[in-house]
Amino acid sequence: MAGSDVRGQRLAALCLLGLTLFSYPVLAVFNVPETVAGIPLLYAYFFVAWGSLIALMALVAERPD
Amino acid sequence: MLGTSVVILVSFAYLGLLFAIAYYADQRADAGRSVIASPYIYSLSLAVYATAWTFYGSVGRAADNGVGFLPIYIGPTLMIALWWVVMRKIVRISKQNRITSLADFIASRYGKSALLGGMVTVIAVVGILPYISLQLKAVSSSFTTVLQYPEIAAPAALHVSLPQDTALYVALILAAFTILFGTRHLDAAEHHEGMVAAIAFESVVKLVAFLAVGAWVTWGLYNGFGDIFERTAADAQLKPMLTPFGGVGGDYSSWIWLTILSMLAIMFLPRQFQVTVIENKDEKHLRKAIWLFPLYMLAINVFVLPIAFGGLLHFPRGTADADAFVLTLPMSQKQELLALVVFIGGLSAATGMVIVETIALSTMVCNDLVMPVLLRLRGLGLNQRKDLTGLLLGIRRGAIVLILLLGYVYFKIAGEAYALVATGLISFAAVAQFAPAALGGIFWKGATRRGALAGLAAGFGVWFYTLLLPAFARSQWLPAGLLEHGPFGIEFLKPLALFGVSGLDQLTHAMIWSMVANIGAYVGVSLLHAPSAEEHRQASLFVDVFTWPGEARFWRGTASSPSLFNLLARFVGLKAASEAFRDYARAHGVERPEADADLVHFVEKQLAGVLGAASAHIMVASVVKEEALTLEEVRTMLDEASQIVVYSHRLEQKSQELERASQELREANARLTELDRMKDEFVSTVSHELRTPLTSIRSFTEILHDNPQLSLAERERFLGIVIKETERLTRLIGQVLDVSRLESGRVEWHESLIDMREVIEDTAASTSQLFRERNVRLERNLPSRVPKVRADLDRIVQVVVNLLSNAVKFIEPERGRVEIAVAEDHGFLRVDVRDNGPGISAEHQEIIFHKFRQAGDPLTGKPQGSGLGLYISRRIIEHSGGRIWVSSRLGDGACFSFTLPLAG
Amino acid sequence: MTTPRKVLIADDEPNIVTSLEFLMKGCDFEVRVARDGEEAMRLAQDFQPDLLLLDVMMPVCDGLEVCRRIRGNPATRGIRIVILTAHGRETDVARGLALGADAYITKPFSNKELVAKVRSLLQPAP
Repeated sequence: MAGSDVRGQRLAALCLLGLTLFSYPVLAVFNVPETVAGIPLLYAYFFVAWGSLIALMALVAERPD
Repeated sequence: MLGTSVVILVSFAYLGLLFAIAYYADQRADAGRSVIASPYIYSLSLAVYATAWTFYGSVGRAADNGVGFLPIYIGPTLMIALWWVVMRKIVRISKQNRITSLADFIASRYGKSALLGGMVTVIAVVGILPYISLQLKAVSSSFTTVLQYPEIAAPAALHVSLPQDTALYVALILAAFTILFGTRHLDAAEHHEGMVAAIAFESVVKLVAFLAVGAWVTWGLYNGFGDIFERTAADAQLKPMLTPFGGVGGDYSSWIWLTILSMLAIMFLPRQFQVTVIENKDEKHLRKAIWLFPLYMLAINVFVLPIAFGGLLHFPRGTADADAFVLTLPMSQKQELLALVVFIGGLSAATGMVIVETIALSTMVCNDLVMPVLLRLRGLGLNQRKDLTGLLLGIRRGAIVLILLLGYVYFKIAGEAYALVATGLISFAAVAQFAPAALGGIFWKGATRRGALAGLAAGFGVWFYTLLLPAFARSQWLPAGLLEHGPFGIEFLKPLALFGVSGLDQLTHAMIWSMVANIGAYVGVSLLHAPSAEEHRQASLFVDVFTWPGEARFWRGTASSPSLFNLLARFVGLKAASEAFRDYARAHGVERPEADADLVHFVEKQLAGVLGAASAHIMVASVVKEEALTLEEVRTMLDEASQIVVYSHRLEQKSQELERASQELREANARLTELDRMKDEFVSTVSHELRTPLTSIRSFTEILHDNPQLSLAERERFLGIVIKETERLTRLIGQVLDVSRLESGRVEWHESLIDMREVIEDTAASTSQLFRERNVRLERNLPSRVPKVRADLDRIVQVVVNLLSNAVKFIEPERGRVEIAVAEDHGFLRVDVRDNGPGISAEHQEIIFHKFRQAGDPLTGKPQGSGLGLYISRRIIEHSGGRIWVSSRLGDGACFSFTLPLAG
Repeated sequence: MTTPRKVLIADDEPNIVTSLEFLMKGCDFEVRVARDGEEAMRLAQDFQPDLLLLDVMMPVCDGLEVCRRIRGNPATRGIRIVILTAHGRETDVARGLALGADAYITKPFSNKELVAKVRSLLQPAP
């Protein structure tokens, strides 16, 4: 199942991406008392990053074989 | 609205609804029309991960340190990304091996070890107790809180006596409910479709409830996200929370471990394993679940921060328990309906967890703990009992009750020690101990049972010591000195700072040490010994599940290395088989190949090269098969099979030989037919040649007989003809006989030394009559001394006579001249007979030596003679070692020559 | 007084021709001789015999071919043909008869038999 292998690899890559997105160095960047649209940057970042990651996972998972 | 009776009524109504849904789904499942065979239902059922912890505890945690609640959900999101590889493998393995629980999975992997299964069960039960107690706490607290309306009081230390303890009631009710849910009957594959449908429903309920209260707090109580955060920023005390990672090390390390912990929990919490793996109806559902489930988690966490900050802002510090913000906030604003909805949401979350978790645990207790023990106790004679259903169900029900009671006990003992999240994390840490054995098991074939046992024991031990014990100590059930000074005063072994490693938060500390102990023991002990045959077979089944087309059941037989070897040797030969086994042993790093799945597969592949895939499979299957086939039967089968192979080889050869033989036969037949035809022709020609003179003889003698009045001249003439024809006939008969004898080899050759001069003198004399008749001159050209030759005198005479009479026959009378000469020629004696007759055309020069062939000139009429003379001459000469030929030009005479080897 | 019957002898063996000639002349038939197949056909046309004694083995054109052609030629179709064969082969006989010969005689033959056959063939049918 080559398609599945590629999918598995891509998803694994997303996992690594997530780990980096939520790793200390990256988080430290956003760990400042700024706000965006009234929401503290860090929190906004969390949810945006998380949401984007999920969206990417959806794309990869649901791509037809 | 929020009166006791209302709340209780609504609660029971909700539970009743859940039960109805479950019942309906079960009915549909029995009818074969499952309602849960949808990836959406599947994904929702996975959301049982969000329990009262999520519902209440997240807000509490957020109120504590901002984003500290998020790793619990981000971790799983990241892990789920790996699910396509990892979880799909686990699901496939479980389906193929009919796995019924997490304990079953691990036990099965390590050689179906009952000990391991029991150990996993114990760890699971003990580990989950805090988690269950958390749910009980949440339900009873929320119940009490709601009932205190309109008072908002933190239901802190409510020490009530047993009968009035809400939690106990809750526990008992939940036990009853769970029993009704999950143990009405036994399902062979441990599928609980009703349960799955119910928890999918309650996932929706709790999400809706949480979103409702979240929305209300954000836009109802405040003016949106911005408003809440602004106000938080404005509050000096709360401001730091907006940038939660204050210190560099501390917060972040706990963040990391929390993430890792949740990544493992999403896999190894018994309830998660149950809904993700056991209850999975279709591997393909994983595709949707991979993003739907994280999406759910995102959704249910969106409002956590607003609610947390909202609550912090709203309630004066220390007056309200943050865990209860979701309830107390609406209550404070007289939002009774909303509060009720929230309460039901929380109830939903808690009951979902309890039901699934206890069912999963009770299955494990029954199948992997109690039954193995009971079956071993021969005194109970359980093996003889036909129907164990009643017993099994009884054990499970008992287990459910026991677990819930134990959960309650934990709640009483240590429930107040920590906040909800902290309590839950203790359970997370417990189930994380399964990760090395389980994940290692599906990727590493070298992992052994002993390794798994060692790892689990070590990890659990450390977990118990660093997490559970302190909980008891904090609740005064164990001396607090334990925490301060270590056991028996051994500072080095302080539960919260083992080996002097301090400064870490408790969870991180516990995780580090338990994982070190677990993984260390797991790997170390596994490497000490090679896996047993059984373990190796199971390991292959698990690790290689994607490379095999799924004939798992098949390998559950016993194969012996010798029998496999013999099987292979039979078809590839002893030498090749030995080599193959040696290579195999070397490749697998063992001394001698063990008769496990790998070896069987290997042998099968080798055989497939000889017998073809299908036959190889059958062959190997019969050797490996558990039931009935004795080695003798196998040998017989193999003998037959090998004989068939040998026969087919022979058949091949035979058919090739046959092909060749028939080809030869065809050729021989053709030759024979030809010879036959030639013989026919010969016979008919001979017969014709014989009859012709006979005809004359007969006719004329008859004429002579019937016609006495014939004149003398006529009489003489006719008699002359008769005489001539008789001679002709005699000659012909002689020649025919000669030919016949020559061809059949029945000629007697009398060799002697011949003087050719004499031969020629003799033949000249015998043919002189013929020459005189035709008035042809014969010249002799002979050297004085002629070397002798060795040959049959009579035959050579015959040849010379033949040549001379031929010469005379064709020559023009009167002017004809025949010259016969003898000469030496390179070791041969050559005799030439030259005439000045009409000559012989080139095309005739060879064929006149053939049977019945003559060079006839139509004008001169049919030649005399049979056409056999030259043929016989050639046979004679060639037999004597010489050659005979003619050289001639049409119109210029002919010269017949033959050679004979000189004697001596 | 009937017209003397004409007989054509076709054979390449001179001695046999001699004996046949003697026999036929002895029956008061007019006799012509052909030495090969070609001559036989020519003479059949010219001489217009009533009967042909035809040897199968002849140079140039063998007896069976002659038989076929003579039968095929309307000018000579009415000639009676007797095949003379020295072969024991039935095929010759069969083919000869199939090609239209009226009778066959195997060599060596009995003179009486030959003459009788010839006479019967030359008899007008009653």
